[in-house]
Amino acid sequence: MRHHLILRVITKLLVGTIFLFALYVQFHGDYSPGGGFQAGVIMAAGFIIYGLVFTLKRVKQVFPPWLVHKLIALGVLIYAGTGIYSLLAGYAYLDYAALAPHHPEHGQHYGILIVELGVGITVTAVMVAVYYAFASRAPILSDEDW
Amino acid sequence: MDSGTLEFVIGHLNYWLFILLMMTGLYIVVAKGNLVKKIVGLNIFQTSVFMLYISIGKVTGGTAPIFPLDMKVDPDVVYSNPLPHVLILTAIVVGIATTSLGLALIIRIREEYHTIEEDQIAEIENAVLKSEQWASERATGEHS
Amino acid sequence: MATEQLHHTALTLVDHLPILEVLVPFVAAPLIVVLGSRKLAWPIAFVASAISFVIACLLLLQVLDGSYISYHIGGWAPPLGIEYRVDAANAFVLFLVSGISTVILPYARASLEAEIPRRSTTLLYALYLLCLTGLLGVVITGDAFNVFVFLEISSLSTYVLIAQGSHRDKRALTAAYDYLVMGTIGATFFVIGIGFLYMATGTLNMADMAERIAVQSDSRTIRAAFAFIVVGVGLKVAIYPLHLWLPNAYTFAPSAITAFLAGTATKVAIYVLLRFMFSVFQPGFVAQVPTLEVIILPFALLAMFGASLTAIFQRDLKRMLAYSSIAQIGYMLLGIAFFSQAGLMATMIQLFNHGITKAALFMGVGAFVLRAGGSFYHHLNGLGKSMPWTSAAMVIAGMSLIGIPGTAGFISKWLLVQAALDAGWWPIAILIVASSLLAVIYVWRMIETLYLTESKAELQARQAPMSMLIPLWIMALACIYFGLDSDLTLSASRTAAEGLLAGSTGME
Repeated sequence: MRHHLILRVITKLLVGTIFLFALYVQFHGDYSPGGGFQAGVIMAAGFIIYGLVFTLKRVKQVFPPWLVHKLIALGVLIYAGTGIYSLLAGYAYLDYAALAPHHPEHGQHYGILIVELGVGITVTAVMVAVYYAFASRAPILSDEDW
Repeated sequence: MDSGTLEFVIGHLNYWLFILLMMTGLYIVVAKGNLVKKIVGLNIFQTSVFMLYISIGKVTGGTAPIFPLDMKVDPDVVYSNPLPHVLILTAIVVGIATTSLGLALIIRIREEYHTIEEDQIAEIENAVLKSEQWASERATGEHS
Repeated sequence: MATEQLHHTALTLVDHLPILEVLVPFVAAPLIVVLGSRKLAWPIAFVASAISFVIACLLLLQVLDGSYISYHIGGWAPPLGIEYRVDAANAFVLFLVSGISTVILPYARASLEAEIPRRSTTLLYALYLLCLTGLLGVVITGDAFNVFVFLEISSLSTYVLIAQGSHRDKRALTAAYDYLVMGTIGATFFVIGIGFLYMATGTLNMADMAERIAVQSDSRTIRAAFAFIVVGVGLKVAIYPLHLWLPNAYTFAPSAITAFLAGTATKVAIYVLLRFMFSVFQPGFVAQVPTLEVIILPFALLAMFGASLTAIFQRDLKRMLAYSSIAQIGYMLLGIAFFSQAGLMATMIQLFNHGITKAALFMGVGAFVLRAGGSFYHHLNGLGKSMPWTSAAMVIAGMSLIGIPGTAGFISKWLLVQAALDAGWWPIAILIVASSLLAVIYVWRMIETLYLTESKAELQARQAPMSMLIPLWIMALACIYFGLDSDLTLSASRTAAEGLLAGSTGME
């Protein structure tokens, strides 16, 4: 990709915008289509386009594979952890009223924010992990294989 | 066409499209020999189900089911049903997981079998099966 | 905005048992990944599985008298919220699944070390826990779509677990791929059925759905939903024409994984079938449609005979046991086809007894694979002398498979024959006995190979390691125990059958 100047410049400009848009989608799930899953995929798309244009090695330096695998599990633990916090507070599992006992509506708001954050983290990490897994194994095709 | 038939076709358009997509997806899974095409067929099949769910959630004249900012609910406003959308988000995620898992399996199959055509894989597996059976017959032949 | 604190009584640990049953393995799986330590992976998995087993026992003891436990996720009352509902049918299957998982994990440690590379073991235990979570969640939930979600969690982990067998035999990959395609089609049919039910009833809670279906049972949507759900779940159950994934998947998966799946996956699917047929659609509807006579009964008989015959001619012990599983599932379907309390009781007991029998048999096969290098009959020649304990356990489990008196298998065969005679179908009773005779043939083949042939001089197998022998013998002794003292299984099955046949009122 060294020769494609336009691709490289545009990618460098776009990647930041993509991440910003992903964060916007993440936190606007209450008011418009959005939420953790969509935001996670958009965020992962930012990493993937960087990896496609600037080689897998460099995107792995930015987002190392060991971190990706740990984040997959961390997002799930954040989601389950919110529920466990409700358990420990004496409420039913995932009862968001436990997060703000005096204002149950605020509790719903906080609860959804936190679980969607967990979902967003996991989905980003999973999509990037899938990309890493597939891109790392690309076989070198010889001319006869075409 | 009388209005009854027309209403039957146009009024149930989403169901007709669902059946069309579902059958297309299933046909691709069954008829195509390339493993990647089977996964694509599976995706089309799953997408048809998503379309079924979302289309039944729509209420005619309904608006987006979000509370207005001042939280005053107007009793005359009709809202579309948000539950099918939630179910489909989950089903989409399941579909993506299935697709990526299927593709990962295909990559490994390609590395081991050097082909992703179903009939060539079946040939290789039959050859392995025959050699196993031959070895088994030889071994039991030595004993009896 | 409301600012007062709603009156709230704190829930105790006992109240939380239903959710903890699923939550403990579910949290343990990402915990293994986050910690990333190969040494801690197995202990965490074993502790999580053991805790689930203890909770399942506590739940079973609570509901043996016919009551049910209801847990509201998120504090939202059903039918709006997701509900976890435990009654005797549920708790019995939970007991089976968590029990088999806990007994297999010590066995799996040694077995998997030999069959998959070390670097994969951490993630494999995490996936194993996710599979366990999915299976437990399918059983315990009272919400129809939740069943689909947990079913897919368990199925996706199963596909990966089966593909791990590729380190020994590359055909595990195609087996996992075929299972993926077929399993996804089955699950998607299931979700289409749920969609039709949602369209017709407007709710996803199974108890609420049952009430609403009862008033509109002749609607075409409901019948279409029934068809889709039966076919979709039937694929997971491996009803005879839909069983094609099972032999390859069981044969090429790692031995410990086969032992776990053979004892749990199809049983959980049969539970889903029972729950939907009898608690959601209710016996009144099932009596109207010809499904039982036209579909379940003929295919059950086909499975019993066709699969047993195929099993006789196999050269690989693992593949023989896989076909035998399909035949035994035929017995469970036969119990459903009788459509009586005796029949359902026989199905529930056969579900439990076959689970422990097959788990024991596949654990024994894994021991043979470890020491003798393969599971074909020519690998097993004369192992009765060099691996006496393993072979003896295999003989006990084989007798339970046939249904010899004194073993668990006899109880289930006996109840099946009784249910057939109660229904007045004495030809079916004769067929049940006849197919058991077929089982005698293939089990005898295994015993003959182990004890009555001579081993190759250059291949002297050693005794299997203790960590594999002890779980194997626990399972084999369980086959004998539940054959002699079957109070627990009989009372649980009877209460479960009563609850299922009562239909919607059984869920009150």
